[in-house]
Amino acid sequence: MHYDQARWADDDAYEPLLVEKREATVEPDDSEDAPLPDDLTRDSLSLPAPAEPELARHYTRLSQETYGVTSGPFPLGSCTMKYNPPLLEDVAADPAAAVHPDRPVESIQGTLEVMATLQDWLGRIGGMDAVTLQPPAGAAGEYTGLLIAKAYHDDHGNDRDEVIIPDSAHGTNFASAAMAGFDVVELPSAENGRVDMDALEAAVGDSTAALMLTNPNTLGLFERDIETVAEIVHDAGGLLYYDGANLNALLGRVRPGDMGFDVMHYNVHKTFATPHGGGGPGAGPVGVVSDLSPYLPEPHVRESADGDFELYEPEASVGKVHGFHGNWLVLLKAYAYIRRLGDEGLADASAKAVLNANYLAEQIDLEIPYGPFHHEFVASAGERDAIDVAKHMLDFGVHPPTTKWPELVGEALMTEPTEVESRDTLDQLAAAFEAASAADASEREAAPQRTAARRIDQVEAARNPRLSWHALDGAE
Amino acid sequence: MTDTDRGSPYAPHTAAETRSMLDDVGVDDEEALFDVPESVRFDGQFGIESRSEPATRREARRTLARNDDLVSFLGRGHYVHEVPSVVADLASRSEFLTSYTQYQPEVAQGFLQALFEYQSMLVELTGLGVANCSMHDRATALGEAATLATRIRETSGSTVLVSDLVRDEQRAVLENYSHGGDLSVTTYPGADGNVDLDALADAIDDEVVMVYAENPTVRGTIEENLEGIGDLAAAHDALFCLGSDPVALALLEEPASVGADVVVGDAGTLGLGQAYGMGHGLFATREDFLRQVPGRLVGASTDKSGRRAYTLTLQTREQHIRRERATSNICTNQAWVALRTAMHVAWLGPDGLVELAGDCVRNARDLAARVDDIDGLRAPVHDRHHFREFVVATDRPADAIRDALHEDGFAVHAIDDHRLQLCVTDANEHATDRLVTTLEEVA
Repeated sequence: MHYDQARWADDDAYEPLLVEKREATVEPDDSEDAPLPDDLTRDSLSLPAPAEPELARHYTRLSQETYGVTSGPFPLGSCTMKYNPPLLEDVAADPAAAVHPDRPVESIQGTLEVMATLQDWLGRIGGMDAVTLQPPAGAAGEYTGLLIAKAYHDDHGNDRDEVIIPDSAHGTNFASAAMAGFDVVELPSAENGRVDMDALEAAVGDSTAALMLTNPNTLGLFERDIETVAEIVHDAGGLLYYDGANLNALLGRVRPGDMGFDVMHYNVHKTFATPHGGGGPGAGPVGVVSDLSPYLPEPHVRESADGDFELYEPEASVGKVHGFHGNWLVLLKAYAYIRRLGDEGLADASAKAVLNANYLAEQIDLEIPYGPFHHEFVASAGERDAIDVAKHMLDFGVHPPTTKWPELVGEALMTEPTEVESRDTLDQLAAAFEAASAADASEREAAPQRTAARRIDQVEAARNPRLSWHALDGAE
Repeated sequence: MTDTDRGSPYAPHTAAETRSMLDDVGVDDEEALFDVPESVRFDGQFGIESRSEPATRREARRTLARNDDLVSFLGRGHYVHEVPSVVADLASRSEFLTSYTQYQPEVAQGFLQALFEYQSMLVELTGLGVANCSMHDRATALGEAATLATRIRETSGSTVLVSDLVRDEQRAVLENYSHGGDLSVTTYPGADGNVDLDALADAIDDEVVMVYAENPTVRGTIEENLEGIGDLAAAHDALFCLGSDPVALALLEEPASVGADVVVGDAGTLGLGQAYGMGHGLFATREDFLRQVPGRLVGASTDKSGRRAYTLTLQTREQHIRRERATSNICTNQAWVALRTAMHVAWLGPDGLVELAGDCVRNARDLAARVDDIDGLRAPVHDRHHFREFVVATDRPADAIRDALHEDGFAVHAIDDHRLQLCVTDANEHATDRLVTTLEEVA
């Protein structure tokens, strides 16, 4: 087996580059039937003008220079890169789903029924009493959850301006807390990689609005003391926030609501197989316990007594976090996935995700300092540079793990194979780990060799930002 | 299909493989791998029944069929243009659809180049130096613009000024984003569907960090005072943020030329189609503010062999590096929608895009004239040029007319007791004759 990614940029290859080829300039005022007076229009517009066959080749080639889950294994830790069934695309492409957000509710009962059903299912899966679908991504969900926490405390006359976040948490937790107007209190991890209970006791107090926690955490470890954590936070008057990024580890085994969490977000583009699309769109629904449901964003969907679906404004709503109703097409895909899998499928997804991580870890000869882990593990590249290992893995036709994070593990390789890989694929993945680790340092530093681009100069990209075609003119 | 050991149809394990893997790991079953205390264990009974693939498809289709099949003349911030088949086809290539944010740029050159081209198109359309890969939507992009403004200004301020024509929903999102930065949102009044410059001059002071206006406005009127707004904002060291979309930008005054510092909008207007308000947030700004830009940026660099290569850059602005000091919390954005927008723009080319934009003016003008000829209706209400849509004054109650149109298969806005709003694009232009005929009967 030999891997070479398509590379269409060689000097001697046919290259239908959108940029330089057939750019045209148009002056809006020149047309015979000028639509507007000159002073309300622009002077000219220059854009590429490929014919449709050229356009088709351009983007087909760009797709060939893009590695996706359908290209091969994609064990990117914390990202849950599972297979995205085309069934979901089919369902979302239904012309009946293509409705305007201002349609009267009586004319979009189908859309609202899907939303109400998804709210209900997510509530069951998370052990939450109410769910909003409006947040358009995981970080937007965090932000929404924190707005809800803030509104709850304000309503109860509590002046609480601190959010406690473990040092191993996703960067979005910190940024979302800051955006919601909170001060961040960072919680150091204990030696076993979990929440340090003494540090937590010391951190909570009258200012604590919430503790944000990922469970299992970014090391893949379940916070076994979660009930005590919940007690400490609740006793101090704070709320417990669940970051749903790692929910794929727990489906059907334990629910955030049962662990004592008050508010959580779901990453449907992780757990529920809606495609990542090169960086989105995702969706970040937020679930809450009943005490917090009056604060959900508006409008919220519910089934009325007569069986129709309606939109309403929760009594103490935090307002809006998206201009309309969120990423509807993504939500529709999540609905189809959950329906396809049902109880058994969801539980099996987690079982196989955890089995795959544990099996893969067995096949790899790198130190994994923390365990027992669940759907992901963090191996250490040891003396090697984790980035070099990752870059060399690319040469074997697999996507590497997340590198150099979390920082609790030196030269971290954070690995999440998900349930969609077979034993054979995991064996090949392990072989790529081994080959990349065993290679000479010089070989790793020279990697990757077989990809559309060789190692890219990040320093140059940042020092001399060239962010559009205009910046390329005459630069090469 | 192979005989997997049941459960998820997308987990490939046969029973024998599962067994051998468990043996390798050294446990009896998968449950032994869950390090979860008994006291919080859940029995796995969500009560969600699994369906086969065809049954899932049928159920979804049956449910969605409860949506009425209406010809939509709705706009007001969510617009739809006909998406070419080739765009939908290319965007659905699984490498695009199933890839991740480009943390390994060497195997993601294709998507990165497409996003670089998207950024470039928006730079051309706005005249501003920098466009990011996308925000969630127009409203969150507006919120991000407000927080950008607080970081840019040398002195602190307290207020964001917003035109009274802006949708309540946009404003509600802006208010949430603004409160985190201790800003309040204040409205300034308009005049006949445009900004009232005198009223804006009265409202603005040195506490204002940003002035927001839209072109076209949510009523379809084309704003004629952009330069005046830009001058007033500049005089008070406030940013001028302009809301628009890529079709309008192809024809209307270039934002940079009227002093706009930030442009936000729904770029999903091209490439996506009707999606219940899902779109993608356009965000472009001046190059001076580069280090304060929220979201992902793709830059050109070179690889080890000296070839041009693309990569995410200036990531020290972002949450995964800068955490609570990041320019935004955004991580997952709307990259795939941006890809579709870029494809649609490329498919149209400059001639096609300017022509499409011109049609937005001509079609609105023609339809307004025909509606104005109907007894009981007057259009357009505002004595302005219009883009895609316009307001109609009615003698009969507007919701009665809206409901009667609904009965005949049309969706239109009733924006208050005696006013309708109609939006016409290439997606519904074929139905204008029928709409006019029906309006003659029900108005």
